[in-house]
Amino acid sequence: MPAVSKGDGMRGLAVFISDIRNCKSKEAEIKRINKELANIRSKFKGDKALDGYSKKKYVCKLLFIFLLGHDIDFGHMEAVNLLSSNKYTEKQIGYLFISVLVNSNSDLISLINNAIKNDLSSRNPTFMNLALHCIANVGSREMAEAFAAEVPRILVAGDTMDSVKQSAALCLLRLNRTSPDLVLMGEWTARVVHLLNDQHLGVVTAATSLITTLAQKSPEDFKTSVSLAVARLSRIVSSASTDLQDYTYYFVAAPWLSVKLLRLLQCYPPPEDGAIRGRLTECLETILNKAQEPPKSKKVQHSNAKNAVLFEAISLIIHHDSEPTLLVRACNQLGQFLQHRETNLRYLALESMCTLASSEFSHEAVKTHIETVINALKSERDVSVRQRAVDLLYAMCDRSNAKQIVAEMLSYLETADYSIREEIVLKVAILAEKYAVDYTWYVDTILNLIRFAGDYVSDEVWYRVIQIVINRDEVQGYAAKTVFEALQAPACHENLVKVGGYILGEFGNLIAGDSRSSPLIQFDLLHSKFHLCSVPTRALLLSAYIKFINLFPEVKGTIQEVLRSDSQLRNADVELQQRAVEYLRLSSIASTDILATVLEEMPPFPERESSILAKLKRKKGPGNLHPDLDENRKERSANGGTVAASPTPSTDLLGLGSTITTQNSAPPASKGTSLLVDVFSENIAAFPVETPVAVGPVADENFSREGGLHPYCTLGDSFVGIQSWQSIQFINPKIPDMRCLPLAPFPSRFVCKNNGVLYENQLLQIGLKSEFRQNLGRMYVFFGNKTSTQFMNFAASVVCQDTLQPADPTVDGGAQLQQILNIECMSDFVDAPVLNIQFRYGGTLQNVAVKLPITLNKFFQPTEMTSQDFFQRWKQLGAPQQEVQKIFKAKHSMDTEVTKAKIMGFGAALLDGVDPNPSNFVGAGVIHTKTTQVGCLLRLEPNTQAQMYRLTLRTSRDTVSQRLCDLLSEQF
Amino acid sequence: MQFMLLFSRQGKLRLQKWYVPLSDKERKKISRDLVQTILARKPKMCSFLEWRDLKIVYKRYASLYFCCAVEDQDNELITLEIIHRYVELLDKYFGSVCELDIIFNFEKAYFILDEFLLGGEAQETSKKNVLKAIEQADLLQEVRLLV
Repeated sequence: MPAVSKGDGMRGLAVFISDIRNCKSKEAEIKRINKELANIRSKFKGDKALDGYSKKKYVCKLLFIFLLGHDIDFGHMEAVNLLSSNKYTEKQIGYLFISVLVNSNSDLISLINNAIKNDLSSRNPTFMNLALHCIANVGSREMAEAFAAEVPRILVAGDTMDSVKQSAALCLLRLNRTSPDLVLMGEWTARVVHLLNDQHLGVVTAATSLITTLAQKSPEDFKTSVSLAVARLSRIVSSASTDLQDYTYYFVAAPWLSVKLLRLLQCYPPPEDGAIRGRLTECLETILNKAQEPPKSKKVQHSNAKNAVLFEAISLIIHHDSEPTLLVRACNQLGQFLQHRETNLRYLALESMCTLASSEFSHEAVKTHIETVINALKSERDVSVRQRAVDLLYAMCDRSNAKQIVAEMLSYLETADYSIREEIVLKVAILAEKYAVDYTWYVDTILNLIRFAGDYVSDEVWYRVIQIVINRDEVQGYAAKTVFEALQAPACHENLVKVGGYILGEFGNLIAGDSRSSPLIQFDLLHSKFHLCSVPTRALLLSAYIKFINLFPEVKGTIQEVLRSDSQLRNADVELQQRAVEYLRLSSIASTDILATVLEEMPPFPERESSILAKLKRKKGPGNLHPDLDENRKERSANGGTVAASPTPSTDLLGLGSTITTQNSAPPASKGTSLLVDVFSENIAAFPVETPVAVGPVADENFSREGGLHPYCTLGDSFVGIQSWQSIQFINPKIPDMRCLPLAPFPSRFVCKNNGVLYENQLLQIGLKSEFRQNLGRMYVFFGNKTSTQFMNFAASVVCQDTLQPADPTVDGGAQLQQILNIECMSDFVDAPVLNIQFRYGGTLQNVAVKLPITLNKFFQPTEMTSQDFFQRWKQLGAPQQEVQKIFKAKHSMDTEVTKAKIMGFGAALLDGVDPNPSNFVGAGVIHTKTTQVGCLLRLEPNTQAQMYRLTLRTSRDTVSQRLCDLLSEQF
Repeated sequence: MQFMLLFSRQGKLRLQKWYVPLSDKERKKISRDLVQTILARKPKMCSFLEWRDLKIVYKRYASLYFCCAVEDQDNELITLEIIHRYVELLDKYFGSVCELDIIFNFEKAYFILDEFLLGGEAQETSKKNVLKAIEQADLLQEVRLLV
């Protein structure tokens, strides 16, 4: 051994270490350690003053014991004493002890800081380095307070030695990481940037790390580093491999520094100056070219160092995302690595391609490697590599290859490692939903997920499939048929029983016509699984049964018998028992009509960010999750390079993906609404706790617990939410006199549309999402602050019979606030309710009043009917006051498809082949109000030559005919 | 870099360097988890793995595992070479280093690491310069300094 053991060898320490190593058991080791601790304690407490050497030896032993994993609660004072020793090795051990065993004991901290201060001012570079290393290692707040101003001075002082500069740079970096608020920019920053020009490559290496960290904090202050970094990089890249002497590593010129410079450049957008930009592009090309050259050494270190630089260069190319040629070259290079014999390179290539897949320039190029990636998924022996392959498949997925990728992931799932199954399930579920062309494929995919990996299918996934089936009429019959078939399997996963129970309970009637899936067979099938299921699933099945009673009166007796059995009525589980009792009672006393109302089909769920995606984000953290190009690009460009930390105002108020996050950062809304939103987004991921009859008298009288009515909700907490729902019930006419305010009408397109931007001025944007079903509706109002200043005293109220609870009184700059309105149509009406908004912006009070686009036609339910029926009813509604007709000039181009879309958007069913003249349009539907239902027929006859329309409305109520005619005629 | 761990094939920690503030308890838990995870991996597997929100880069030299945890944006390959350069430094200093050298001279292993990496970043990548600094320090041993 060299110099090491010559002078400072601590024999006692070596003996102690040998003893420990010779211990045969853990107990023996602990015994030996306790003996040593007792010995050291007595030495430290003893009357005899210890010499420096002994102190050093004992402190070192304590350190050793600590590093073995034992607690050390003394010796700190002795270590601090060593700091001021005039023997270098004693000082060194003192510092080591302090660095490893930081203790925020305040008396000691001031002593330590004092010792450090002395060493920093000693002008002895070795001592200064020890002190700087200690600060960098401890990096505590107290040290930052003491030295955040001093270290930059040392760093830029003209007479500081190179090695001290290096330590000072990284010491400052550490302080900036722990206490960025204490590291203040100043006159020194400009001089730090110039360290990039330093002669000494070690100084440049350390300084580059520091500048990168600081540039992330305040990019403006370090903008000049871009040109210097490019110049430096260019010199390194073009140097011969021997030029840099000891900074050349296995024939690669300064790989660490190159990587750091490339990393620094990723803090900024591409350089604006053409010359610098050209030089940088040249550098990147040279790095890509070198990858194609034959290796200068067979050593793995050579290829690793070379490829480290290459991968960092590719990261920069992806970050700039502006040079299509470079992006495609990068992709081709990575493509080569995909089949490299080095596992490490295959891993990194898969990882790096994931980010390339999100660039519009290289997305297609990445897709060409699909077969290789699928092959990696099947053949890689290392699970971490396979995981990367899954990530890449997810990132490269789009509509063109979704079916193939989903199929591959599904088949991989059967053999996949347990550790990554859940994530694959989430990813498959997201891709299947996102790229579903037909929803039958989606339903099949999710059922396969449950079949192959039922245990890993989280609640979010099966909630989601139900949400989608409920919201899409076209898939309901297929879903019922498919779950019915899947349930035939003798052993099926409980999640399948849940989905099956829910879907058959809602849509079992759609397949009941087939004698092979008659109501009784459906019920028997579900009930055959009942006893094998857990309590929550049984509870869900009971709810499905009561729904069956409504759907199929013929099985009522059978189901009542099941409910009546002791195993249900006297079930030990309170929830099950209560459901059985309530459902049995409900089915016995309620009339068919009441049953039909109470157990009506679930209303559509509000569209919002998939709860699955949210779950995946929680699992993986935000980042490259979304395979969608546009969203990724938007996000990136919004960040303007790297750093913009301030929240960007959401451009699309109704966009779901990015907006959700903005909402989260917005101040919590007032108790009422925020509770609601929370309940919605977190607690019951997919199931709004709302029953179609929440306001009906039946519900109130017969059931004390409103929630118990809701068949599928078992989450007690969430009922709190119901209290805070605000209902607007409105009867015509009831709008108070609002004429004193400038009243903004809603854009007429809202008559046929439910979502969009309702109102916008320089300060405020109001967005809407709404949905209606029968006489009920729900409207989400989004208030977006377009400014960077906070709105104060924000209040939004709806002028109607009820006023709404105020929203949150402040809206932060760039933030968004959401309010939810529940709407019930009591009878037909003309005037829309008015939304009044008041807030303080700057010093002035702002008043906005805008009509909400709640129009009578929103409560339309389309009715399909044959030509014969139509004309029969048309004749029945022949009384003069029932018909309203209007002839008017076309305001828009008379496009057939657009017209059809408008009539459907209006809410009526568009009936084909009813009118003998094919260019005419006829429609039918029912307007639902709380008190009555009004049947409506309409006919629109275009005359393209004259650019005129004739619109005829016939309904059973004259006011409705008039109102609908007025509304619809405005649309063409 | 967030931390570096050296441990033996038996799972004994030989050196630990933390560049982020963590409590003792957390450190112990992290080391235990990671040592287990890495020891369970087969020899030909790749040197990188995702672990919580960090990237782990590790390599085995004889009976010792060297393991670094870096952040999402950090470069895996260059981290692998940081490990190698550190091994080279130890090797040169001790003269064909073995696990025992690091056990009996653990303080030296820490000193060398501090010269090479500081605050989790490479401070000096030249082998000569690092060793020169350490040798200079060694020369100061036992020399009574007049302050």
